[in-house]
Amino acid sequence: MARDAMGYALSALNHLAGSGVLDRLGVRRTAENISYYLSRSSFSAISTSARQFRNLNPLKRPQRLQAPGETRDLFDLNITDEQRMIRESVQEFAREVLRERGEAGDAEQGIAAGTLEQASELGLTLFAVPEALGGAATERSPVTSMLVAEDLAHGDMGQAIAILAPVSVANALTQWGSAHQQGTYLVEFAGDHPPVATIAVSEPAPLFDPLRPACTASRRGDHYVLKGTKSLVPLAAQAELFLVAAMTDDGPGVFIVEGGSEGLSVAADPAMGIRASGQGRLVLDGVKVPADNRLGAGDFDYRAFVDLGTLAWCSLAIGTSQAMLDYVIPYANERTAFGEPISHRQGVAFLISDMAIELDAMRMLTWRAVCRAEQGLPFRREAHLARTLVKDKAMGIGTNGVQVLGGHGYTHEYPVERWYRDLRATGIAFGGLHL
Amino acid sequence: MNLEIPKKFRSLVNNAHQVAAGTFRPISRYYDRHEHERPRELDMLASILDGFNEGDPSNSAGAATTGANGEAGAEGVRNGSNMGVCLGAMELCYGDVALMLSLPRQGLGNAAISAVATDEQKQRFDGKWAAMAITEPGCGSDSGAIRTTARREGDEYVLNGEKIYVTAGERADCVVVWATLDPSMGKAAIKSFVVEWGTPGMELARLEKKLGIRASDTAAIHFQDCRVPAENLLGSPEIDTSKGFAGAMQTFDNTRPLVAAMAVGCGRAALERLKELLADHVNLDYDQPVDNGSAVEAEIYRMEAEWESAYWLTVRAAWMADNHQPNSVQASMCKAKAGRVGNWITLRCAELAGTLGYSEEELLEKWARDSKILDIFEGTQQIQNLIIARRLLGLSSSELR
Repeated sequence: MARDAMGYALSALNHLAGSGVLDRLGVRRTAENISYYLSRSSFSAISTSARQFRNLNPLKRPQRLQAPGETRDLFDLNITDEQRMIRESVQEFAREVLRERGEAGDAEQGIAAGTLEQASELGLTLFAVPEALGGAATERSPVTSMLVAEDLAHGDMGQAIAILAPVSVANALTQWGSAHQQGTYLVEFAGDHPPVATIAVSEPAPLFDPLRPACTASRRGDHYVLKGTKSLVPLAAQAELFLVAAMTDDGPGVFIVEGGSEGLSVAADPAMGIRASGQGRLVLDGVKVPADNRLGAGDFDYRAFVDLGTLAWCSLAIGTSQAMLDYVIPYANERTAFGEPISHRQGVAFLISDMAIELDAMRMLTWRAVCRAEQGLPFRREAHLARTLVKDKAMGIGTNGVQVLGGHGYTHEYPVERWYRDLRATGIAFGGLHL
Repeated sequence: MNLEIPKKFRSLVNNAHQVAAGTFRPISRYYDRHEHERPRELDMLASILDGFNEGDPSNSAGAATTGANGEAGAEGVRNGSNMGVCLGAMELCYGDVALMLSLPRQGLGNAAISAVATDEQKQRFDGKWAAMAITEPGCGSDSGAIRTTARREGDEYVLNGEKIYVTAGERADCVVVWATLDPSMGKAAIKSFVVEWGTPGMELARLEKKLGIRASDTAAIHFQDCRVPAENLLGSPEIDTSKGFAGAMQTFDNTRPLVAAMAVGCGRAALERLKELLADHVNLDYDQPVDNGSAVEAEIYRMEAEWESAYWLTVRAAWMADNHQPNSVQASMCKAKAGRVGNWITLRCAELAGTLGYSEEELLEKWARDSKILDIFEGTQQIQNLIIARRLLGLSSSELR
């Protein structure tokens, strides 16, 4: 429809009012000065550069771990005794600690130091580092990582991400790192104070495609120079080590960037949910990274790197969706309306049974993709289908869970509104994690 | 944990696929147009399938072998006949659902016999094609409301009542009939009886004309003072109110994954054909995030993801049956999911193919009609939801009605 006189008048008025507001607040913000604005008002250089990463005991070749055991040629949904034991301790931690602190983590936009300390007692980081490098891992099991992610997110998704981000960096270095990279960085994860580390893949743009990052890495002699902006980076402000996805002349790659590098700055970027993960934006303004810090030792598979992150998000979504289902069942049985529990009505009961059906549908696709990844089979199709299903169904479970609680569900009195916000991250987030 | 289909099922899947592509597809349209005409091509095929079953029961594709179990692998995990039957049904229904339902000696009645019959009964009914008769004019999903009666007289039961929607009811050798020993005793009094065609008092009332699965006969059968030997009662003749309906219903734990498998097979047929028709219009490389491609690419990815989840939910339920794990909820889940997904995919594929999809030139419109029954029989999606919801919420059938 063409603009008429009234339309032009309203538009002009809008301009006037808008500029007045901007001037009063002093935050005039246009496309030209956006970087100036960001750097002045909120971005800060990363100060956590105290840690020196040094390659003290050079390795001859990278330490790679095998998948656990030999796989029998039988369809089998059972988990191992070891996985069952790990799950039990993780589930207890998620129930007793993460769930209790869910609301606080959301409000404070971060995970409590004490919680991280308690989480470290689970030994997740240590079990991500090979024995030969001082860790405790004799095998590498994405399936176990998937189950751990699911169980942590059953407690709280935001805190789960904060706990898993450093573990994910260790997983990635174990799976892909060169001898130099493992000797310099991975060994640190086996120490008493493993580095705060995180993975930066997503970028602040609609329809972001992780296979085509706008962030660039240009080769300059024995360095790469990184330029671009990353978003939804867990632990962005605290991290001492980053894995950053960037486009090179020969396709997308991942670069190990130390906190404190010149040109690296970070800003808080609070979002709708998963706030306890401390997500932020990362700006790389000509950050120089040694060529040796390009992740990989000849066997690097960028797509698999991205997909193992995507599948971690699927696992988190499953855990939070399970929390939602477990919460609405007793609620629907206890809440009465018209003289009987609301669960006695098909309109409510069928919402809940559908949540259960779709939750298991999500689980089957995610499990299948991760099992294939663990067995070294191609899994890009399976990861793609899992993400496609999970992002829709998890959000469906999120919105229907709030619906069951009605007005109650919309308030902070109940955790379901937070889970609703957390679950929207599914389908948006890339990177951050690595099974 | 391992979510791959073991190699030992490869020949079964391949054989079933050959039947689907080589035997079913070429005659699919003909028998859709000639409703009630018996597909003679299937008689010889059934003999071949019998050969498969006898040679390797745990790896055979017939409904008659649900309930049996394959050899246990290390640590006692089984991938047995329930899984095999589901995988076979997926392939056969990739060919044609109605023709699969018309395969002699592979009826749902055979599954019931296999699930609850004594060894003596299994031997006596061996080689017989058995249909299943549950529904009545006054009771559909509400099996507890069955009004057909079975009155004990000496060594016989006397059956009176009317059964409808009996799949393969006319063509089968016998019918497994659900009837009540005492209408005042509720569900616990409902028993199933094998009634052979030719028994006096058993009469074919009519054959239905249907929306789809037209190659499969759907019979209405009338029973008037029909005398059945007492030893044709399946399971216990006692009315055990503590067990309630459980005995009769346990058949469903094996047959619901089978019907889910049919929906999975039918859905795959439509999705594959649509991909062929759209080959020049889409680029399906699983590279771009689903929302970054064209609308039709996104829709195909969504259909494939939904389809794949229905597939694995079905395999899970069958795996649990093979391993003697209680699977009522999971059987209902896969039935509900596969039923609705199969129907949605076939209808959507017909739509996306335009007039080609709607025309009888393609089979897409037929699959879109066939798939609807798979969301209805063996328990509608709504009945599956009731079963799942009652179990999750811990509610009785009087609380959640």
